[in-house]
Amino acid sequence: MPQTPTATEPPVAAATPLLSVRDLKTYFELDDGTVRAVDGVSFDVMPGEVLGIVGESGCGKSITMKSILRLVAAPGRIVGGEILYRPDQTGRARGKESEVDLVKLRKDGRRMRNIRGGEIALIPQEPMASFSPLHTIGEQIVETIRLHQNVTAREARAMAIDRLREVGVPSPEERIDSYSWQLSGGLRQRAIIAMALSCRPKLLVADEPTTAIDVTTQAQVLSLLRDLQEEHGSSIIFITHDLGVIAQVADRVVVMYLGRVMERGPVDDIFHNPKHPYTKALLRSVPNMNSEPRALLPTIEGSIPHPLHKPRGCPFHPRCADAIPGVCDVHVPALYPESDEQPVACFLFHREVADE
Amino acid sequence: MSDRVATKAQLPAERLLEVRNLKKYFPIKGGAFGRTVGAVKAVDDVSLHVDTGEILSLVGESGCGKTTTSRCVLRAMDPTSGEVLFRRGPDDVIDVAKLPNRELRPLWREMQMIFQDPFGSLNPRKNLFEIIGEPLLVNGVAKRQERMDRVAELLSLVGLRGEYMHRYPHAFSGGQRQRVVIARALALNPKLVVADEAVSALDVSVQAQILNLLLELQDRLGLSYMFVAHDLSIVKHISHRVAVMYVGKIVETAKTEPLFEAPLHPYTSALMGAVPQADPRRRSEMLRLEGEVANPANPPSGCYFHPRCPYANERCMTEAPALREVRPDHFVACHRAEELDLPGIEHGSALPVYQQAATAN
Repeated sequence: MPQTPTATEPPVAAATPLLSVRDLKTYFELDDGTVRAVDGVSFDVMPGEVLGIVGESGCGKSITMKSILRLVAAPGRIVGGEILYRPDQTGRARGKESEVDLVKLRKDGRRMRNIRGGEIALIPQEPMASFSPLHTIGEQIVETIRLHQNVTAREARAMAIDRLREVGVPSPEERIDSYSWQLSGGLRQRAIIAMALSCRPKLLVADEPTTAIDVTTQAQVLSLLRDLQEEHGSSIIFITHDLGVIAQVADRVVVMYLGRVMERGPVDDIFHNPKHPYTKALLRSVPNMNSEPRALLPTIEGSIPHPLHKPRGCPFHPRCADAIPGVCDVHVPALYPESDEQPVACFLFHREVADE
Repeated sequence: MSDRVATKAQLPAERLLEVRNLKKYFPIKGGAFGRTVGAVKAVDDVSLHVDTGEILSLVGESGCGKTTTSRCVLRAMDPTSGEVLFRRGPDDVIDVAKLPNRELRPLWREMQMIFQDPFGSLNPRKNLFEIIGEPLLVNGVAKRQERMDRVAELLSLVGLRGEYMHRYPHAFSGGQRQRVVIARALALNPKLVVADEAVSALDVSVQAQILNLLLELQDRLGLSYMFVAHDLSIVKHISHRVAVMYVGKIVETAKTEPLFEAPLHPYTSALMGAVPQADPRRRSEMLRLEGEVANPANPPSGCYFHPRCPYANERCMTEAPALREVRPDHFVACHRAEELDLPGIEHGSALPVYQQAATAN
C-alpha cells in the first residue's frame, strides 16, 4: 500500500529515470523501401538532468524526439520498443500512475494530449514557424495554459505574463499583446520558451533551439535554459548537431549515428575520454578556437550514407579507420555494458552483438 | 572609361581588391505617396582589402551587412557610393562599382561566388556536366569534348570522380554538392572567390572536408578568398585577416592571430566569449552580452554598440568613433581602445586530451 509522500524525498526517487526509452524503433515505409530512422535506441532521462543528443543529419535525433512526443506522422510508425514515462517520481501518490508506456497510448487520445504540451513540452527549432502570425503571442500562450489547466482566462493571462517575465522578456505586460513578427529573433525564442514552460512541464524537449539564432543571442538563451532548469528542476532533452552547445549545457550525452546510439555517458567522459571511433573523429574534425591556423583538419572519410542504403554491420564501419574486417561489416555491435556509465557500441571494446 | 584610366595603378602591387568607403543604403518608403522617409544603412562606409593569395573573413551577426558588402563587391548589387578597386592584371585596375553593366560578365570570370546552400544553388534538372560546363559554354568554350575534359579535370580537382558528370544533383550528398558548387566556381580560373557561409549548412564531419578542400585549392591555385561567416572557430581557423562588422560598419580589422589574442573592440571580445567551446570543463567562459543587435534602420546615437557595451561612457553615447590604427595593421573603431584590456582567445591553452593528440600528429 503506497504511503503519502513526505516532505523529504527518499534517495531512491532520484535514481528512478523520469523517462526510459527502450529499444525504440521508428521506421518509415516508403515506396523504395523501409527507412529505419530510429533503429533500437535506448537511454534514460533522470529527473533534473540535461540529456544532450548529438548527431549529424540522418542520425535519427529528431525522429527520436518526435517519437517521444508521439508526433511521428505517416508513413512513419513506431514499430517496436518502449517509452516509459514516470510522472510520479515518488511512486506513492494514491491513484496516480507511476509508469506509462507512451508507445501504447493512442497518439491523439486524451492522456497523450495531456502529456504533450502539458507534462512534456517542446522547444522547436524555428521560432518564426512556431507561432501563428494571426494571433498575439499572449493568445497562444493562454490557449496552451487553458488547454492543460483549469483556470479562467484572466488567471491564464496573468500566468502568461509571469512566464514571459521569467524568461527575460522586457515589459511583458505590453509584449504579451504583440504578434510574433513584431518581435526580434531573440525575443521570439524567449517567447517560445515561455510557451513551452507555461504548464511547468516535467520534461522539456529542445530541438536545436539555438541553431537559427546569432551567437550572442545563443549564449543568452543557453544560460537562460540552464538557469530555468536549475530553478525548477525539470529535465531537458537537448537535441543538437553542435558539439560546442552540447559541451556547454548537457549533463550526459547520447551520440547517435544512422539511427543507433554509438556511445553515451557523462559529458566530461564523452569529451575528454571518448571511446567510440565516431565520437573521437567527430570531436577532432571540429575547428576549435585552439586549433593550428590553416592546418588541414582531421576528417572522417566519405559521407553519411543514404538512409535507404545503410551499410551492413556497424553503421559506421565504412568510414571507420579501425574497422575489423569480417566483424564490423557483418555484425551490429550492442551498446554494452548496459549498466556501465559509458556504454559503447563498438567491437573494439567488446564482442556483444545487438539483437536484430 | 575615364574612371578606369583614373584609377589605374593606384593599388599596391600585392593588392587584389580594395574597397573604399563603400555604402549601400536601402530606402524606407512611407506615407500616402510612398515617399522615401529614411534609409537602412546596410553597409555604411566600409573599407577593406584582400591581397593576392590572402583569405579575408568578414564576420558579424545577422543584419550586420556582411552579405550585402560581398554582393556589392561582386556587383550582384549596385552600391550607393564608394569604390571597389579590383586588379585584373599588373597594370590593370578597375573600379567595379562604376563598371557599365555590359562589362560585368567578363568581370565575373575573375570573381566567383560560392553560396551557402548546396541544395538551392544547383539546378536539379541539369547534370553535373551541364552545371559545371555552363560557365565554360557561356564564355566561349564551344567544343563539347573540350568542355568534357575540363569538367572532368574540375571534378577531380574537388575530389569527385570524372564519370559523375552525367549524374544529377539529387544523387549527391550535401558535402558532394558543395564540391560541385566549388568546381563550378573554379571553372573559369577566377582570381577571387567570395564564399558566403560556404560551410555552415554542412554536417560537422563534412564541414572539415570542405574547409580542407578550400585551403588546398587556395594553396594550389593561388586563389584569394573573401569569406563571409558567422562561426568564429571556422574564421579563426581559415583566415589570414579578419574584419568584424556591426550594424553596417567595420568595428575592427587585423591579422587573425593578433585579433584573437588581443581584441581591441568590446564587441569582438564579446563575440569570442559567446562561442560555445567544445569542452565541458570550460563552461563559465561563455560570456553573456546583454541586449540584441541594433536596428540598422534606426541605429543608436554615437557608437552603435554603446547600449550593449559594458565599457561605454558619455562620449560613446554622442560621438561615433572612427576606424583608426591603434597598433600596427590593427584598426579599431572604439574611443577607449587604448585603455581597455579585453579578453581574447589564448592560443593552445588547456587543449582537451583528444585534440592534443591530434595536433601532435
